[in-house]
Amino acid sequence: MTKIKSLADLKAMKQSIQEKIDTRAKGNAEGLVQVKVAMATCGIAAGAKQVMDYMMAETDKRGMNVVFTQTGCMGYCHAEPTIEVTLSGKEPIVFGFVDLKKADEIIDKYIKDGELVDGIIPVNYETINK
Amino acid sequence: MHLLVCGGTGCNASKSQEIAENLKSTLTDKGLGNEVQVILTGCFGFCEKGPIVKIMPDNTFYTEVKPEDVADIIEEHVIKGRKVTRLLYTDPENKQHVADSKHMGFYKKQLRIALRNCGFIDPQNIEEYVGADGYSALAKCLGEMTPEQVINEIKLSGLRGRGGGGFPTGLKWEIASKNHADQKYVVCNADEGDPGAFMDRSILEGDPHSVLEAMTINGYAIGATKGLIYIRAEYPLAINRLLTAIGQAREYGLLGKDILGSGFEFDIELRYGAGAFVCGEETALIHSMEGQRGEPTFKPPFPAQSGYNKKPTNVNNVETYANIPIIINKGANWFNKIGTEKSKGTKVFALAGQINNVGLIEVPMGITLREIIYEIGGGIKGGREFKAAQTGGPSGGCLTSAHLDTPIDYDNLIAAGSMMGSGGMVVMDETSCMVAIAKFYLEFTVEESCGKCTPCRVGNKRLHEILEKITKGNGTMEDLDNLRNLSRVIKDTALCGLGQTSPNPVISTIENFYDEYVEHIKDKKCRAGVCKSLMQYVIDPVQCVGCTACARNCPVNAIQGEKKMTHVINTELCIKCGACIEKCKFNAISIC
Repeated sequence: MTKIKSLADLKAMKQSIQEKIDTRAKGNAEGLVQVKVAMATCGIAAGAKQVMDYMMAETDKRGMNVVFTQTGCMGYCHAEPTIEVTLSGKEPIVFGFVDLKKADEIIDKYIKDGELVDGIIPVNYETINK
Repeated sequence: MHLLVCGGTGCNASKSQEIAENLKSTLTDKGLGNEVQVILTGCFGFCEKGPIVKIMPDNTFYTEVKPEDVADIIEEHVIKGRKVTRLLYTDPENKQHVADSKHMGFYKKQLRIALRNCGFIDPQNIEEYVGADGYSALAKCLGEMTPEQVINEIKLSGLRGRGGGGFPTGLKWEIASKNHADQKYVVCNADEGDPGAFMDRSILEGDPHSVLEAMTINGYAIGATKGLIYIRAEYPLAINRLLTAIGQAREYGLLGKDILGSGFEFDIELRYGAGAFVCGEETALIHSMEGQRGEPTFKPPFPAQSGYNKKPTNVNNVETYANIPIIINKGANWFNKIGTEKSKGTKVFALAGQINNVGLIEVPMGITLREIIYEIGGGIKGGREFKAAQTGGPSGGCLTSAHLDTPIDYDNLIAAGSMMGSGGMVVMDETSCMVAIAKFYLEFTVEESCGKCTPCRVGNKRLHEILEKITKGNGTMEDLDNLRNLSRVIKDTALCGLGQTSPNPVISTIENFYDEYVEHIKDKKCRAGVCKSLMQYVIDPVQCVGCTACARNCPVNAIQGEKKMTHVINTELCIKCGACIEKCKFNAISIC
């Protein structure tokens, strides 16, 4: 159990986690792929959980190096379930209306070969830089 | 290389499908089919300038592309690597072409502060929150700032309550801090109840730690050691994630005794609400937490003087809290540069109704309704005409096309007869009947009124009855005066915020859509075709061939006519179920 007892502890922890998150965001030499699945109530109701389970099982089966993270609402309620895929060294891409068939296509084309597939949701907001 | 073609509803209507096909076939003709891919995307939100084609990876953003532009895009851009200047977006301010979409002002329309972590971090993992600068604001407060400095920073930031009323948060904290007692409380109001609103739920589900951190800061600022989150039991996932987050924060020593070695102690518990709308009102909320009936009481005393268990209590909304850590981290002077003079920062809206991109958006205060609807929301469904946007839920009113260019902030919305509310925004087009909308909200208020004070309990019921009478076609012009007068009386005499604002939907629709009320009363007509009692089904004698399909399917035998002769609907018997329209193969039946 990591107890944070002081400001120094918090800073140290932040540092180490940030490195991890940075690697995740920017990808690394081994071509780690990150997939974020929007799992707020709305996403789950639209089937995000099944999609995430399916994608985890499928990528595992094919021996792909993919890290899955569940996140909160991305805001695209009109296109749930939504997932964001970040390939090593590339900008994150958001896909909407991801059902199992679409998930398969994303794994097969985008994650495997970097080939985009229909159904991209263009991101149109800015987040404050931390 | 990838060519992204917008496949959103708006662009689709202006032939984006054809553009995508043209691109594909031209590429195949040139033997580039394997190297360059054409992808259909969701709505870019920039429908005003559609169809959109974006070229990746260089981020070139082409607007108002026509199918005949395809040859140029491929010849010039794809093959020769030269941008097709005439299709580039022109910046309305400096009239220059913008090649890279990252420099387009349009992408600066939305700014995520309260939602900064939603959709980015794993809400169930405290380490991800810490990695995203989480709990550093708390550390800053405990280590470097006195409680007075914290309060001053919040005051200076200009942050106002995001639950609807817009009371200055810093001032609220200051009042609570000045009331001395052996025990004080910090309460997070997560009793989100406006129809169509889900901002708070999304924050709690996507970034629960930000709320916990802010509440702890709040505790430090006012001298409270206990925090309570009043959350509706209908939000099981949010509850679940909050419980996980609280457990993790305790485990990591960020809640509990001696937080970060500062000696400060704070802990948070949940309290569940049963979903009564009135419990979003802070005094009712406090009574509900105490185990009493969720009824409001007269203010003063304010909760800051005598709240939960008669102790000084500070109540803030979820979204308000989500803004706190970032204000502490980046400073009040960063925050107060965003927004308008009297409304600082951003506001999260749940965009719903007849709009293409239904979703959760966060925009700086001062943005116009036009920008929200046409540039973020992707315009009205089916390309129909915008009629009104309802903000503030049952306490709010309608903004019309006259308000499209009004900067949205607390004060402008009130001046326009609506209010910010918690952030639900329901967009309506010509298929919405404004009288029926007012009736809908009144129905909600009548249902949710706690019944304690007469103006709200009886007055709203009467308002609803009059509206019902008008939508049934039995209204008189006198009813309009009665609606107005009664509304004013309720506003002036009701006990709490719920009652005082409940006539707003009526007042605002009468004000803005007077003609529509008059039509219902005098012409017995509902132009949107919503009020069933005012509709009449008629058979066009020219179109009708006398096939008898309608007569055979009418459940009340209201249609008469001989075979191969024109049929007639007996309007006295007709129940307006619409079965005949469905069955008629000749489009002979219409509603008027």
